Amino acid sequence: MKKIIFLLFLLASVNVFAQGMKNSKVPTVQVKTMDGSAFSTSKFSNNGKPIIIDFWATWCKPCIAELDAISDNYAQWQKETGVKIITISVDDARTMAKVAPFFKEKGWLYESYLDPNQDFQHAMQVMTCPYVFIIDGNGQIVWMHTSYMEGDEDKLYDALKKVAKK
Amino acid sequence: MKKIQLIVSLLFVSVVNAQSLTDGQLRGSIEIDAQTYRHDSLIGAPAVPEKMGLNSFAQLDYTNGKISAGIRYEAYENALQGYDARYNGQGIANKYLRFADSTIDVTVGDFYEQFGSGLILRSYWQYQLGVDNSIDGVRLKYNICKGISVKGVIGHQRYYWGEGAGIVRGVDGEINLNELIPHWDTIKTKIILGGSFVSNYQVPDNTTYNVPGNVGATAGRISINNGGFSFYSEYAYKINDPSVVNNYIYKPGQAFLLRTGYSTKGFSFSVSGESMDNMSFKSDRTATKNDLDINYLPTLPRDETYQLAQIYPYATQPNGEMGVDAELRYTLPKESVLGGKYGTELDAEVSAINALDTTNLNDLNTNRLGYSVNYFGVNSEIYFNNTTIELKHKFSPKFRMILQYVDEAYNKDVIQQEVGYQIVHCNIGIFDGYYRIASSNTLHFEFQELLTKQDQGNWAFGMAEMNFGSNWFAGLLDEYNYGNPIANQQIHYYTITGGYTKNALRVSLGYGKTRSGILCVGGVCRQIPASDGFSLSLTESF
Repeated sequence: MKKIIFLLFLLASVNVFAQGMKNSKVPTVQVKTMDGSAFSTSKFSNNGKPIIIDFWATWCKPCIAELDAISDNYAQWQKETGVKIITISVDDARTMAKVAPFFKEKGWLYESYLDPNQDFQHAMQVMTCPYVFIIDGNGQIVWMHTSYMEGDEDKLYDALKKVAKK
Repeated sequence: MKKIQLIVSLLFVSVVNAQSLTDGQLRGSIEIDAQTYRHDSLIGAPAVPEKMGLNSFAQLDYTNGKISAGIRYEAYENALQGYDARYNGQGIANKYLRFADSTIDVTVGDFYEQFGSGLILRSYWQYQLGVDNSIDGVRLKYNICKGISVKGVIGHQRYYWGEGAGIVRGVDGEINLNELIPHWDTIKTKIILGGSFVSNYQVPDNTTYNVPGNVGATAGRISINNGGFSFYSEYAYKINDPSVVNNYIYKPGQAFLLRTGYSTKGFSFSVSGESMDNMSFKSDRTATKNDLDINYLPTLPRDETYQLAQIYPYATQPNGEMGVDAELRYTLPKESVLGGKYGTELDAEVSAINALDTTNLNDLNTNRLGYSVNYFGVNSEIYFNNTTIELKHKFSPKFRMILQYVDEAYNKDVIQQEVGYQIVHCNIGIFDGYYRIASSNTLHFEFQELLTKQDQGNWAFGMAEMNFGSNWFAGLLDEYNYGNPIANQQIHYYTITGGYTKNALRVSLGYGKTRSGILCVGGVCRQIPASDGFSLSLTESF
C-alpha cells in the first residue's frame, strides 16, 4: 500500500513538470549498425525533414508486411515529404545475424540498426512490434502507432503529410 | 537491498525536483492481461479457485539531459495460469538511476545487459514468457578511446519478488578495429573483436558435494563484415559448475557458435552452426527451468509464427546439443514469368539439432565428470529436424498470399521431458491470404493442417480476421484436433476476438478455448495450460 501511495505521489509530482513521449525528443541510447558498430540515437537526423522510426523483427510477419507496403511507396513519400525511414530490428542474439542478409535480400532502402539489448525499445516504451514513430523536423516525436493491419500505411502517410507541412 | 531501494528512490525524487524540470521528459507504458477460467475437464482446463488471473505492469521513465531514472510496478492478481505462482502479488519490480554521456554510462539499480551473443551473460525481460533476470546492482560502461569500450556489471539477479543467492560479476571489452586503427575507417571490411569474463559467487553450502563458491566463465568473439558477406563466431568456456540442472557433475561447459552468410538484392544465403555442452549458468546452483539464468543459449531453428507450426516448438537443451541451420531466400523478379507482376519471394530453411556425441564415464561415485564429448562426431539421436519452405506472392494490389510447408521431427521425450512419445514426425501445410476490400478493410484468412500419426494426431486450423475502418478489428478462429486417437478429445478450440487500436493504445477482448501448449520466444519456452474463458489485453504508452 505504501508503495502504491509512493508511486502515485511520484506520478503526480512528475506529471506537473514533465511531458510524455509526444512532443519529446528521441531518447539517447546506443544501438548497433548492421556491421556491429555502436551508434548513438542522438545522431539520427534528416536535415530538418521528418523521420519515421519503425521497430521490426525478421520473425514478425506484420512488421515485414508493413515495411514492404511502405517500400512500394517510399520513393514517392520521399519526394513529397523528404522523409527518411529508420528501421530498428528487435531481433535478439538468436536471429540477429539474419537481419543484414534479410534486409539486403529485400532490397529495402531504409537506414537500419539493431537493438539486441532492447535499450532503445525500453527507452521508447516499445513492448510489441511493429511500432512506428514519426519524428518531426525539430527531432520531436509527434505520432506513434502500434501493430499493423493492411491499410495502416495510409494512416501513416496521412500523418506524415501533416507533419511535413508544418 | 532496502538501502539501495531507498537511495534510488531518493535520487529519483531529487532528479525530479531538480532545477531544469521543464526540460524533463516522462515516458511510460502500461500493459494489462486478464483472463477468466472455467473448469473444463475435457480439454484439461484446471479448476482455478480464484476464477481469474491478471498480469500487469506500468513502466515510468524520466529523462533529464544525461540523467534518467525509472521504475516499473508489476501486479499479478493472481498470475495468469502458466506463469509461476511465485509472481503472485504486486510491487516495484524494477528501479534504476542512470547517468550517461558520450564516454561514461553508469546505472545503479536494476538493469539489462548482454555480452556478445549472451553465451555467458544476458539479463533480459520477456514479459510474455514471464522471464525477468535483471541484475540489481551497478553497471559501468566506459569508452576508453575511439574503437575501444569496456563494461562491467555486478549485482544479484531478480528471482520473482526476491533476489538470487549468487553475486554476478562480469566484464566485457570490445575493439572495433576500423575505428581504432587510423585510416581503417575507409576500409570496406569491418572487424570487431570482443572478450568477456563472468563469475558468480554463491556460498558453497551443499552438504553432499564439494561445490565451488566462485564459478567463472569466459568468452571470445569476432565479427567480420564486408558488403554482402558476414561472419560471426563466439566461443565460451565455463569451469566446473555442479548444479541441479546438470545433476551435480564437475565437467566444464563449452559453447561454440558460428554464423555466416552472403546476401545481395533478391538473394541471401546464411548458414549457422552451434554446439552447446553443459552450459546452463545460473546464479543459484539449485535453480531450475528459466529461473536465474545468467546466460542465454541462442537456438538455431526459426521461431514459427503460425498456430499449428507452434504445436511442436524447439527449446534449447542447455545440457548439450549440436546443430546446423541453413536458409536461402530468393526473390523472383517482378515482370518475370514466375515472378508475376509484383515478384514472388521464396524462403527455404533447414535445421537439424542432434544430441552431442558423448561417452558415459560411469564415474558418478568418483570424479563425477559425467561424460566425455567427441565434438567432431555426430550423435544419431535427433532432437529436432525442420524443413520449411515458404512462398510469398502478390497477385494484385488487392490480394496477396503466403504458402508454407513444414516437415518436422520433434523429440518430445527430450524437449518436453516426457516418456514414451519418442520422435513425433509431422507435416504442416499453411495458406495465409489477405484480401483488401477497401483502403482500411482487409480480410485476413488462414487455413492450416498438421498431419501426424503420432501423439495427438491430425489438426486443422481456420481463421478469419478483418479490420473495420481504421481502428476496429474482429476475428474468429477454430483449431480442431480431428485426428486425435481418443474420440472425445477430437475437440474444437474456437476463439472469437475483437479489439480497438489507436495510436499507441491497443485493446482486445476474446472468448474461447485454448489448447494446452508451449509458448517459445527465442528458444526459451514456458507451458501454457488449457483454458476456457474471456481474455482482455490492453497496452498503452505515452
